[in-house]
Amino acid sequence: MTLPRDDSERIVITGLGLAAPNGDNLDEFRRALLTGRSGVVPYEIRYFGKTVAGVCGCDVTKWRSKREIRRGTRAGSLAVYCVGEALETSGLDWDSVDKDRVGVYIGLTEHGNVETENEIYEIKQYDYDCAYWSHHHNPRTVTNNPAGEVTLRFGITGPHYTIGAACAAGNASLIQGVQQLRLGEVDVALAGGVSESIHTFGIFAAFNAQNALARHEDPTKASRPFDANRNGIVVAEGGCVYVLERLSDAKRRGAKAYGEILGYGMNSDATDFVLPNAERQAQCMRKALNNAGLAPEDVDIVNTHATATSAGDSLEIKALRDVFAESRTTYVNNTKSFIGHAMGAAGALELAGNLPAFTDGVVHPTINVDDLDPECEIRNLVLNEPKEVGSVRVILNNSFGMVGINAVTIVGRYDE
Amino acid sequence: MATTATEIRESIINVLSDIADASDLESLKDDVPFRDQLELDSMDMLDVVLGLRKLYQLPIPEADYPQLQTMNSTIEYLLPLLNK
Repeated sequence: MTLPRDDSERIVITGLGLAAPNGDNLDEFRRALLTGRSGVVPYEIRYFGKTVAGVCGCDVTKWRSKREIRRGTRAGSLAVYCVGEALETSGLDWDSVDKDRVGVYIGLTEHGNVETENEIYEIKQYDYDCAYWSHHHNPRTVTNNPAGEVTLRFGITGPHYTIGAACAAGNASLIQGVQQLRLGEVDVALAGGVSESIHTFGIFAAFNAQNALARHEDPTKASRPFDANRNGIVVAEGGCVYVLERLSDAKRRGAKAYGEILGYGMNSDATDFVLPNAERQAQCMRKALNNAGLAPEDVDIVNTHATATSAGDSLEIKALRDVFAESRTTYVNNTKSFIGHAMGAAGALELAGNLPAFTDGVVHPTINVDDLDPECEIRNLVLNEPKEVGSVRVILNNSFGMVGINAVTIVGRYDE
Repeated sequence: MATTATEIRESIINVLSDIADASDLESLKDDVPFRDQLELDSMDMLDVVLGLRKLYQLPIPEADYPQLQTMNSTIEYLLPLLNK
């Protein structure tokens, strides 16, 4: 039983747009997740050299001109693409929407590294003479950039900002959207996350220095959460933005609901810069369950955050064993095994890949598990092949980030 | 060897090709301000300045920007500087 809430306090997803390394829209993405198609490819970047990454192939010119693409950032282009697609799926009559009542909340892991690295590379050609530094640097690197680029493209005059929450940012932005709708600050929340991180060599070099960057001769097998031979993160770019509305508004215009955000939880580890904290993760999941008024056994799918690092995966499973110890019908999966880690987009994107389970009753698997790490064993972990489970009503989506930030969202099937 | 007006024009077109639409450049009128025919804003004009600065490694002070309004005035401005 979920908490009784008035329709004006119930928040539903009425549209979504996404850019994934293995799909440019929800149908393509879901098909890839059910057929085992990875989006991880060979990749090469300045200074660092050859590696692997999740690279998006979506046509960003569908929603903005080449000129706007050149002016803006990759994160901005991905955000604009996702919002364009999301608004299209929402069925909103955009011309008649009061743009002052629309809020844009975009999650980011980091922003500005790409531009800064590019500019330093440029002025290096001129012996570091700052006269050659680009005037585009500041508007491209201000932290609100991708959300601001969305407002420019779609004429939105309501609030816009980004949510810096490391790799918990996608979920954190969804939570922000829900809260702003419940507060009555906006009528439409465009909430999700984006990642341009594959365009900064620094992120690859830093994960490598931390011994946490994935390596594999076959790129499609590089991202392998829960496998005994996992060796780190595959960095990915991507984006996913949801149209969120109060149920009362969605009903009024006869909108289709992809799901309802039933609850959420956020907390901080307060223990380590990098190493996750299983106790705090479990606490965060319980917070979300309490917020939704649900018990662990009400959850049909847990989409894990696991990034294929040695410590991170086993700690998350430890947290799950604690929270879901008594639940025999909760299935566990992982989306990063297909696309790598889309950083600030991860939470939002991975949730999207699971939403179709409300209608098809299938749990997508976590792939690339040839030899399950005993530390990562848990009941109902869906390995390598999709699992038909019948009715799926509740999905719990985990996202955790560096410096100890945890964000959990719980989304339910919306039955009229 | 002296840099000719034709060479400068080609270089400016190259700089502009990163900023403006190629189709607009084909019909560019040399005596009409760039901003009036290429839909350039102030940030684009700074791109023109930075492009020329990188190309010729030539400081272009802000006070001289008005001389970069049209193709003809830009060539006229650059020609003596590049042939000093």
